[in-house]
Amino acid sequence: MALSRLSSRSNTFLKPAITALPSSIRRHVSTDSSPITIETAVPFTSHLCESPSRSVETSSEEILAFFRDMARMRRMEIAADSLYKAKLIRGFCHLYDGQEALAVGMEAAITKKDAIITSYRDHCTFIGRGGKLVDAFSELMGRKTGCSHGKGGSMHFYKKDASFYGGHGIVGAQIPLGCGLAFAQKYNKDEAVTFALYGDGAANQGQLFEALNISALWDLPAILVCENNHYGMGTATWRSAKSPAYFKRGDYVPGLKVDGMDALAVKQACKFAKEHALKNGPIILEMDTYRYHGHSMSDPGSTYRTRDEISGVRQVRDPIERVRKLLLSHDIATEKELKDMEKEIRKEVDDAVAQAKESPVPDASELFTNMYVKDCGVESFGADRKELKVTLP
Amino acid sequence: MAALLGRSCRKLSFPSLSHGARRVSTETGKSLNLYSAINQALHIALDTDPWSYVFGEDVGFGGVFRCTTGLAERFGKNRVFNTPLCEQGIVGFGIGLAAMGNRAIVEIQFADYIYPAFDQIVNEAAKFRYRSGNQFNCGGLTIRAPYGAVGHGGHYHSQSPEAFFCHVPGIKVVIPRSPREAKGLLLSCIRDPNPVVFFEPKWLYRQAVEEVPEHDYMIPLSEAEVIREGNDITLVGWGAQLTIMEQACLDAEKEGISCELIDLKTLLPWDKETVEASVKKTGRLLISHEAPVTGGFGAEISATILERCFLKLEAPVSRVCGLDTPFPLVFEPFYMPTKNKILDAIKSTVNY
Repeated sequence: MALSRLSSRSNTFLKPAITALPSSIRRHVSTDSSPITIETAVPFTSHLCESPSRSVETSSEEILAFFRDMARMRRMEIAADSLYKAKLIRGFCHLYDGQEALAVGMEAAITKKDAIITSYRDHCTFIGRGGKLVDAFSELMGRKTGCSHGKGGSMHFYKKDASFYGGHGIVGAQIPLGCGLAFAQKYNKDEAVTFALYGDGAANQGQLFEALNISALWDLPAILVCENNHYGMGTATWRSAKSPAYFKRGDYVPGLKVDGMDALAVKQACKFAKEHALKNGPIILEMDTYRYHGHSMSDPGSTYRTRDEISGVRQVRDPIERVRKLLLSHDIATEKELKDMEKEIRKEVDDAVAQAKESPVPDASELFTNMYVKDCGVESFGADRKELKVTLP
Repeated sequence: MAALLGRSCRKLSFPSLSHGARRVSTETGKSLNLYSAINQALHIALDTDPWSYVFGEDVGFGGVFRCTTGLAERFGKNRVFNTPLCEQGIVGFGIGLAAMGNRAIVEIQFADYIYPAFDQIVNEAAKFRYRSGNQFNCGGLTIRAPYGAVGHGGHYHSQSPEAFFCHVPGIKVVIPRSPREAKGLLLSCIRDPNPVVFFEPKWLYRQAVEEVPEHDYMIPLSEAEVIREGNDITLVGWGAQLTIMEQACLDAEKEGISCELIDLKTLLPWDKETVEASVKKTGRLLISHEAPVTGGFGAEISATILERCFLKLEAPVSRVCGLDTPFPLVFEPFYMPTKNKILDAIKSTVNY
């Protein structure tokens, strides 16, 4: 699907010769960081700004990393699905499979100084920010070693050292927060930006427009990213939004519509947005993406959309398959190598799950910690009042 | 919906409950769970008043808890419709609809999400009649929201925010304990000429099953019910917590303590007389609710009863409530006011 503009390599006359070479020489190709330019399949649509170029500069190293990271995220989500069904994960679990391109594409365009804040569908964003699989699984299962020490759960992953300001349960509440982060970045002259992610359902929240107005007024380096997976829980966008062109909703704020299933397009858009935000203030990115699972594990995902639709997207637009095709067509890796990589990743994920299962649950005293800086003298009784009156510091 | 715009304000009719109203609790009916009882109430409400509407997130297909099943099919998309994801907008919109003389039955998907609408409820709905000198009112507004712990809800699917709303003169706050109560109370709320916030205990949606009469009936608001008589201590609660308290009462009885259990039903304005009469008889009071103890509604009950029954009290008023923490995920069993905590408090109050 994606056209490549390599100079001599696509010459079919040379191909058989290359495949005949010993694998040690071919190994060199797959970790090459020399630039390749790839054109995105779908053009960008813009509102009040210039579209970025469709030609994305990347490298074989980067594309391979995309594949590896997305495959890891995909496996993690599938493992979370089984763990939930096995009742090891309780509460709510919102899976991101299908949307991985967004997480990896964004990371490729930014640094760890740029902040990301998102909604409750945050597992893959956390991994993209450098989170470890074992921390993710521990948090999902409510263990002490989880990234939020077992107190947050699926919806509340955070990673301070990577400027990941987490997962939020209330829809849309993270957007004004994200604009606040951007304000701080501008004030501190960080030369960094904030990506505030939200969904098509949240796009109708009043607080988004309040935050947008403020960001535009004060030229904040805030990038509002609408992860449009076309369904707000079970409601399709055409049923909840008068204008489902979310990138235009900013009115006076420029916007860009991006094919969110194409990691390279996402990378290009985020790079463009970062440059824009640092110079000119807020911009909205609408990522056209899709989730294979339902809204959460309690939602089968098939009552408001047909199975054909889901499998259709999987066949035609799956982000991992796209990157696989790129890798194969550019001879960056063979089918076998990719399959081996996937096997390794499967093992990596299984090991992380096993390790997480062994971790302890947090102490009961953790119930009271971290409400205030010094928790103010909260008293707790055991079931028998005469026992244990714990006054926390 | 467009037809509404051309009409002037309609005067809502409010069937009053006569004092001779049938006692519903002895009637038999069909065995229903909580969400079915609420569903029946909504069907009846929409049937009896053509100017009533049900709307909220996802209510069209029946709602995430199935309380609105069949309504859209029966009454049409003009009266039962989905809204976008915007609680503030939904409630504000409901207030406007009610101000034009309609009955707006708003659903907030989880009580945890009601806060964006808090301004509308407190500053608009509660004060409308007052500040317009009775020219306007939004009495036809009823806001329904599932509240309370469900075992694995975590921070944002388990909250009990009733205390915030009980602090607002101008609205009513009602919480049913069972399917039969829910149907009667909901119909009363919908037909009450004041804006009402109706919290439904989500734990009981499927768990509680009871015989619910099939006809149209209303249970009076601001009347507490003594659901278990006793002499040694009065227990006051509402919603799902009553089931837990009832178990504690049974256990206490084995130890020779006779407990009187009162279901408050309406928290604002609450039936002070019934609780006062009971405490004057027993001399002891215990209040239990899931919401955190500090600033919870139990504090209001405690303070009022203390004023009214000071000399009759044999022991301090006991409150067995949720802990003063955000509603936890993994720690839920520690947070909750369980049967043992209540039993323990009963014993120490009686033995004071």
